[in-house]
Amino acid sequence: MHLWPALLLACVLVAAGLYGVLARRNAVLVLIGLELLLNAANLLLVTFDAAYADRLHSGQVMTLFVVTVAAAEVGVALAVVLLLFRRRGDVDLLTARDLGEPRDGSTGVEVSR
Amino acid sequence: MTTRDVLFCLLGLLTAAAAVLSVTSRQVVHAALWLVTALGALAGCYLVLGAEVVALVQVLVYVGAVVVLLLFALMLTRAPIGRSPDVDNPLLARVAAGVVSLTGATLLAVLLLSVVGSRTVDVGSADGGARSAAQPLARSLFGSWVLPFELLSLLLLAALVAALVLSRARDRDDTLSRIASIEPDVEHPTDVVREPR
Repeated sequence: MHLWPALLLACVLVAAGLYGVLARRNAVLVLIGLELLLNAANLLLVTFDAAYADRLHSGQVMTLFVVTVAAAEVGVALAVVLLLFRRRGDVDLLTARDLGEPRDGSTGVEVSR
Repeated sequence: MTTRDVLFCLLGLLTAAAAVLSVTSRQVVHAALWLVTALGALAGCYLVLGAEVVALVQVLVYVGAVVVLLLFALMLTRAPIGRSPDVDNPLLARVAAGVVSLTGATLLAVLLLSVVGSRTVDVGSADGGARSAAQPLARSLFGSWVLPFELLSLLLLAALVAALVLSRARDRDDTLSRIASIEPDVEHPTDVVREPR
């Protein structure tokens, strides 16, 4: 089979994932974009594993590793999101600036909404 | 065009459409459900590419675990059912995000297609006969790759402990949560924050 559909699909996934990470305000939806980015990487790994017929199956093994790392990442990230929700009452990334740089320099903590 | 090409293109179109919908949908729960569609169709793509184990792991871990975690997070953060206006950044930021993502993906596409775009893959006969792809994969996973594999179990343990510690962090409240509990929250009334400790 041809290789270009897989490559093109990976690029579409990258575009969707990047857009999701950059354009969303809800922290959980940002995580969805992140998952799409990771899946684009996985698809490229599997594609090149099939294309080059690696004897060690590095591509597929790496994909399994990436899936595991993504599961660990999403677990920790959702704990962080829940913590954010408990402290602020929402998960809006535009207003969650508690750890951000102070804008006016007066206070280190900004809780304006 | 072989059968695999046609199958891959169909599944790929489904994946791409679902992925785009999952990042543009205004309804948060629908976004998560479109993600399920995208990941499931991607598992089908892996099957077409001859990676059965990866496809199974994709279904088990992504569709089974990660998306359920995301849905739980949406539930616990009281995501609104139905259209909500405040899931996206302002229009200018969205346009900028679109430009950045399209530029990045175009660069990647040009690079990949110009380098390896004309290759064809011999995925192997689809007879599903004597030799499954799982056996050599298992040999290499538990042979050459066994140390990184064990390291990953350590990573999962660390992530488990980290998630537990983060979930228990309210027991030792610091300044931030006290400020958050003093400030009245009229938009999203939460009894959790103001719980006396």
